[in-house]
Amino acid sequence: MKFAFYPGCVAQGAARELKASTEALAKKLGIELVPMPNATCCGAGVITEQNPVLSNTLNARTFAIAEKMGLDILNICGTCQGVMKKAQKELKESPKKLEEANKSMAGSGLEYRGKVKVRHLLNVLIEDIGADKLKSMVRRPLKDLRIGAFYGCYALRPGELSGLKDPDNPDEIENLVRALGGEPVDYPGRLRCCGFPYVMMSKRNALTMAGNHISAAKENGANCMVTPCPLCHLNLDPYQPESAKIVGKELNVPIFHLPQMVGLALGISPKELQLSKHIIRFKESLTQSR
Amino acid sequence: MFFLFPGSCLGMQDHEAPPRSIKKMKTKFKIRRFDPQKDQAPRFQEYELEVPQGATLLDCVNLIKWTQDGTLSYRMSCRSAICGSCAMKVNGHARLACKTQAKDVIKNNLVVLEPLGNMTVIKDLAVDLEPFWEKVEKVMPWLVNDEEVSPGVERLQSPEDFHKIDAASTCIMCASCFSDCCSEEVDKEYLGPTALAKAQRFVCDSRDKKQFERISKLSKEKGIWDCTHCGECSQRCPTDAKPLERIVELRNVALNSGVLNNNGARHAKAFVDSIAKSGRLNENELPVKSMGFFNIKGLLEILPVGIRMLIRGKNPPLIHHSIEDMDQVKKIFREFGEPK
Ligand code: SF4
Ligand code: SF4
Ligand code: FES
Repeated sequence: MKFAFYPGCVAQGAARELKASTEALAKKLGIELVPMPNATCCGAGVITEQNPVLSNTLNARTFAIAEKMGLDILNICGTCQGVMKKAQKELKESPKKLEEANKSMAGSGLEYRGKVKVRHLLNVLIEDIGADKLKSMVRRPLKDLRIGAFYGCYALRPGELSGLKDPDNPDEIENLVRALGGEPVDYPGRLRCCGFPYVMMSKRNALTMAGNHISAAKENGANCMVTPCPLCHLNLDPYQPESAKIVGKELNVPIFHLPQMVGLALGISPKELQLSKHIIRFKESLTQSR
Repeated sequence: MFFLFPGSCLGMQDHEAPPRSIKKMKTKFKIRRFDPQKDQAPRFQEYELEVPQGATLLDCVNLIKWTQDGTLSYRMSCRSAICGSCAMKVNGHARLACKTQAKDVIKNNLVVLEPLGNMTVIKDLAVDLEPFWEKVEKVMPWLVNDEEVSPGVERLQSPEDFHKIDAASTCIMCASCFSDCCSEEVDKEYLGPTALAKAQRFVCDSRDKKQFERISKLSKEKGIWDCTHCGECSQRCPTDAKPLERIVELRNVALNSGVLNNNGARHAKAFVDSIAKSGRLNENELPVKSMGFFNIKGLLEILPVGIRMLIRGKNPPLIHHSIEDMDQVKKIFREFGEPK
């Protein structure tokens, strides 16, 4: 298995542990990750607000780069995945938009033909590798971990682009948790917004959201959470001390990036997965190798 | 006959299993009941119903009311997705009961019905819509144009211009979006998806004369920049109104008509600038530019999280590198005339 690897801005910035743990996991699973050093930011749904055509064109360029490499794109950010799927849909539905995008790439040797597939690690783990295979590879069952899955908006909505079987009531991450020997925890809020997109505009509201969800997970028995989106991770982990104050509850719930959770179960060391980079750290007894 | 029963002409009849008497399974309806005048707290009541083939969810609720429990309260009228009154939470998400096939929402022989969220319950599945209507009223949901037109002449609009407000015009005020809105849940002052979708219908109406005034007002606190982009509203919307898409259009109008003196617009501008410069997001610059260089209070507030991340080695790299082939990207930006 081989992919054009699109880590996204955050996994190359504030969440470098996500990129590092993805690379460690890919090695374990025999997935080859080919870098895309010339790919731009996906726009995170923000460039669209300024100029939708520009946003689609930047993504078309990224798709064209992957097509030139002859590889499908692997995302590890829920938001990048959602934004790219939406761009693909719009470019597919409007030949005019596609033409416009390709015209502005003229001379660069790039052209988007609508061929490349855009996949998130979550979808690859479920569809290409499969829970059974992962189960057979488990070296360190996540026995003591009661894990609240936090899906993130872009992984769920719009539902038709999510790639999930029942995006209004998904169980994909929960099934993964089970396959890895952990216990999934259901809680209200697992499908809601983390608040990150407006943490700089409306901090109190953004952190109330995060605080509510973390405390709901905890009240339902979770001793940690997992998310396939590093933007959610930013709001759930580094801001957690503030969120706790705002909702007036003790939280202290460590948050896995998806590949960290899978990697840990497959026997990759916490050090290699860079678990110590998190603001809220795991108790050592929960993650040490056995 | 030939066309209606193709099986018969192929002689398939013989192989078909004889019609069995199918034992119809009863579906359990778990409905949240609450009468604030009498009950201390809401409770779930269970009903069992043999769901007729082709029944909508509203048909089922009606059957329950008419044949089992006349005290159950909910709203309905048109039964054809026009009046917007029958929205309720079905298995946790808002939907129109009359536009939902029961079989699509029965999971393991069970359907859970609750009143819409973000509003208080009057009784059972009927909620108080007053705050919802108040917000819609706040956006001046009517055309403002004082120019005289001669008698017998209408204010004409081209099909292209109509197309810009077409989607928002399909809203049936069912409040499904409002019910499931994440931002509304934590802030009752937020204008909310329905009002904003309605606002788009007038801001982008070629005949309206108050565009700048409207968009300036909508850009203030609790307006267009207080949406988190969560997509719940559009996912729940039973029409083409799709509030999130309308909110994005409003932000587009705001950014391109120079209504920039707020954190939301500054954030968007800084974001675009960053990509134009280096192809990637500069996470170190973004907070400062979003909040404004002189917003000392705001910047002090985010200082602790910055320091915390620095200690863990989680701070974005101090030297921000551009992507390769940046000249291609710059060319694309130039072609679209961005950043303005
Ligand atoms: S996208 Fe915005 S308006 Fe729509 S539900 Fe989410 S926060 Fe509310
Ligand atoms: S925008 Fe859609 S969901 Fe919201 S009130 Fe209108 S029709 Fe209902
Ligand atoms: S009864 Fe009118 S919309 Fe459902």
